[in-house]
Amino acid sequence: MSKQTIIELKGIAKRYVMGSESFYALDHIDLDIYLNDYIAIVGSSGSGKSTLMNLLGCLDYPTNGEYKLKGTDVATLDENHLAGIRNQEIGFIFQNFNLLPRASALQNVMQPLIYRGLPLVERKRRAENALTMVGLQDRMTHVPNQLSGGQRQRVAIARALVTEPAILLADEPTGNLDSTTTIEIMALFDQLHADGQTLIIVTHEQEIAERCHRVVTLKDGHLMSDQLNQSQASSPSFEVNAGV
Amino acid sequence: MSSLKFKLIEGTRSAGQSIFAHGFRSFLTTLGIIIGVASVIAVVSVVQGFSANITQQFDGMGTNVINVESFTPRKERLQGVRAKLTYDDYLQIKYKITGISDVTPTVRMWGSNAGITYRGQTSSSMIVGTASTYQKLNTVYPERGRFFNASDDQSRRRVAVLGPSIMSKLDIKGDPIGQHVGVSGEWFKVIGIAEKRGKLFGFDQDDFILLPFSTTRALLGGAEEPDIIISFQVNEPSQLDQVKQQVTNLLRRNHNLDQDANDDFEIATADQMLDTFDEIIGSTTLVLGGIVGISLLVGGIGIMNIMLVSVTERTREIGIQKALGATRFDILLQFLIEAVFLCLLGGLLGLILGFGAGSLISNLTGLPSATVPLWAVILSFGFSAGIGLVFGIIPAAKAANLDPIDALRYE
Repeated sequence: MSKQTIIELKGIAKRYVMGSESFYALDHIDLDIYLNDYIAIVGSSGSGKSTLMNLLGCLDYPTNGEYKLKGTDVATLDENHLAGIRNQEIGFIFQNFNLLPRASALQNVMQPLIYRGLPLVERKRRAENALTMVGLQDRMTHVPNQLSGGQRQRVAIARALVTEPAILLADEPTGNLDSTTTIEIMALFDQLHADGQTLIIVTHEQEIAERCHRVVTLKDGHLMSDQLNQSQASSPSFEVNAGV
Repeated sequence: MSSLKFKLIEGTRSAGQSIFAHGFRSFLTTLGIIIGVASVIAVVSVVQGFSANITQQFDGMGTNVINVESFTPRKERLQGVRAKLTYDDYLQIKYKITGISDVTPTVRMWGSNAGITYRGQTSSSMIVGTASTYQKLNTVYPERGRFFNASDDQSRRRVAVLGPSIMSKLDIKGDPIGQHVGVSGEWFKVIGIAEKRGKLFGFDQDDFILLPFSTTRALLGGAEEPDIIISFQVNEPSQLDQVKQQVTNLLRRNHNLDQDANDDFEIATADQMLDTFDEIIGSTTLVLGGIVGISLLVGGIGIMNIMLVSVTERTREIGIQKALGATRFDILLQFLIEAVFLCLLGGLLGLILGFGAGSLISNLTGLPSATVPLWAVILSFGFSAGIGLVFGIIPAAKAANLDPIDALRYE
């Protein structure tokens, strides 16, 4: 397949030092992510999922290795440039939504555009479009605690989409949602994927991982397997393959 | 650049939002600034109102008028010695000093015989014996009737010009001109009523009676030569110092003072008095300003304290903003704007409160009405904004330097 590479990880390692001891949260990870990928990153607690997510999201620096995002080596950028990359290329979706509590849905979605220095009219236009895309055109003036969990996560997705990012990074996006809402949100992800969006979903839920087209499994900081889900119905498809 | 403009607008909006979201807390936070600015404005408005009033009074005096008064050091006064300016000193100055005009002797009557009576009413107003030129030097003009003239003085006529306050004190009804008031057992015919001048330092400036100098001198009797004040006008303002020196030499000679003896008189110009007064006002303002400055400093520390708490409270929010692409500068700007906004609000409230307090004080104490000069307003706002910047920078930097991962995980 001649797919366009968006993310290239080469020999990525992240070492944490605690007092006199140190350990590798990530150890020599190689991973390529392509345009319109629909990836689940799975693994048990402590496997390094979150660390990988933080690195992919340019929230953290690797100790070693090379991280190329759309051809740019981001591992060497300073914090201000990383902030710019987060703003331009990455859309975050969190388990606990992480909306600004006092701001309306519309204001929440406009927030990342402020850092781009866009005028209010333009911010508003784009945010309204994004909210309409996730089906919340009637809830724009509501503040987060006037919205249900599913609606909050939709606002968060709209906020992530409004910047037209290269990748959507979702960290346990359905962890705080009931099963009905989970299905709705996953349907939204499917839709986004169908529209050409690249999605990376960190999860420990099997059903979620099964919806994705590619499953990357981590264990103790190592990449255990990287499988394509040929048929999403044919589970279990992400059994741990031995070896790296 | 336009990007910064939008960030500033957005920062101000969100600062306003978070300030008003915690209205009561914001009020308490900025209370130090409110009180600080309110006291500055209250003090300045009262002092300035006062000073404007005084300057106005002095302006009426004319700047080239010189007053000569006797002066006895306190130590000697306690020993019973009293320096004196006499009628002879007046004549000497009048005829020997050149380049001056309107030389005016003034004598004040005090003591038991200094009552003014009218139909059973008595008033202990100030009794001033002076020449017709007094009105020119002191800008006391009759509102009704006339001032006494040189001929009244020469022929020792028993005529009087009343200050407007005496009218009510003596309960004079109807037209006062042509009526008679008693001073020291003699009857004086009222020929004029002076214009109203109002109060100064709470002292009624309209409570006086003016009599011709020679009449007053005669009234006081020849037992003891009265101590007088000699006032005159210097024709050429440039010769002021020269004239002062001449008068000094003349009086020293006339009083037979030794070479090393101090002057037993004082020569004062209206300008000098104004300067002295300005100095007093200036240093008062400075001292009060210093005290108030300290209270603003304390207010600033209060702001910093609450801002630090607010940063901790909003750690997670800051993490979200950073994840969405806010740079350190964006976060710094946001918290700085909030601190400055808070201080400026405090400054505005303080301004209103201070002016209110100043006006109230002025009204209650009968001082001249309070005025807030523009510089005080600008200074208060500038100072408030400055405090916001200075004391906001530490919390803002703390917020800006938060690690996004830790901040996102913060519960």
